Amino acid sequence: MSESTIDLKAIWNESGVQAVLDKLDAELIGLAPVKKRIREIASLLVVDKVRRDMQLAAGAPSLHMSFTGNPGTGKTTVALRMADLLHKLGYSRTGHLVAVTRDDLVGQYIGHTAPKTKEVLKKAMGGVLFIDEAYYLYKPENERDYGQEAIEILLQVMENNRDDLVVILAGYKDRMETFFRSNPGMSSRIAHHIDFPDYEDDELVAIGELILKDWNYVLAPRAKKVFLSYIEHRRTQPHFANARSIRNALDRARLRQARRLLDEGSAVDKSALETIEAEDILQSRVLAGVPAATPLRKERA
Amino acid sequence: MMTNTGNRITQGQFSFLPDLTDAEITAQIKYALKNGWAVSVEYTDDPHPRNTYWEMYGNPMFDLKDPAGILMEINECRKTFPNHYVRVMAFNSARGIESPAMSFLVNRPKNEPGFGLTRQEGPGREVRYTITSYAAQKPEGERYG
Repeated sequence: MSESTIDLKAIWNESGVQAVLDKLDAELIGLAPVKKRIREIASLLVVDKVRRDMQLAAGAPSLHMSFTGNPGTGKTTVALRMADLLHKLGYSRTGHLVAVTRDDLVGQYIGHTAPKTKEVLKKAMGGVLFIDEAYYLYKPENERDYGQEAIEILLQVMENNRDDLVVILAGYKDRMETFFRSNPGMSSRIAHHIDFPDYEDDELVAIGELILKDWNYVLAPRAKKVFLSYIEHRRTQPHFANARSIRNALDRARLRQARRLLDEGSAVDKSALETIEAEDILQSRVLAGVPAATPLRKERA
Repeated sequence: MMTNTGNRITQGQFSFLPDLTDAEITAQIKYALKNGWAVSVEYTDDPHPRNTYWEMYGNPMFDLKDPAGILMEINECRKTFPNHYVRVMAFNSARGIESPAMSFLVNRPKNEPGFGLTRQEGPGREVRYTITSYAAQKPEGERYG
């Protein structure tokens, strides 16, 4: 057989993977290590496909993944994109994502867990099963906990139906590590461990602006500075959930903007309706009692 | 008179054809899922044609996107009941239809003894016909060895 060459770039372009990766780049801010890893996985899958076409046996690559990171770092969003990516590459037949937590898998009495877990697995077949806060499945303090049963069924299907389903486990880093330590079978079946870093303050502002753009709002220039200091303060408070906190903060800013517009009364124009002003953010509980954190006042002084 | 050689029962779709392969079953289920029908797996060892209500093997499967899950269930049912009839049903829940849209056998006993025809003499030379499965003369669960 003559040695024929294959244009990898052409196959890459043909698969539509680049479009997904570009979308990932455009819509997800930061997350450089995650994007790098996803690019690597995509490259592997493309090369693998070519190898298979050339009859170089490689065995189906294991695609199960674990996403670790703090809340609001984009694990679910990336999982959704992953499903799309795998679909484009032909490693997932439908490209749909089924997101579940412990409650959807573990039953409440003996004999309830197996059918429940199986039902979820069947729904996810052909696509991606995303198990959020997967470490809750394993509760070592209760030896009669049914979580272990769910894990066993999960492991079995992850092994036997590797072509039908990709499982992504997600959760906080330290707790996921404990989970994998106590379930070595699970750890060894997961090929890709991806860690999601926390966002920087300016990345969070950029995310906020992206969210607002989605809602057809804009931040006034001064509001942007205030928002940055809001993020600095919010970070020090408990229950900070990165992008999710940003979304919530902006939701509240929207409420305040609406009230302000009504209080100011009478005529409004389009720009007033779409602009979030500095005071909409300044009234936040987070910034209360922190005068140093108000560039607005500094500017006025 | 042997129009149905081998006494294979002919119920539902495709029953005059050779047994469907897994790939063919998958293709049929894909069609059912595409139409939004709920697919379920049922089994019985009483093959009488008027036996409409077979035992359900697990619940009907709603919201599935891919046939692989149903095929897994079929294979588990075949493993549990290797000598029973197993059928796959697709239920169309659209208002006004609300009935099975597809039904086909995916497993049969190795040996199907078939049916015996009983004729009953009625008044005025009337004849009533009854068919009885030879297998169903044994108690449930022992019918196909």
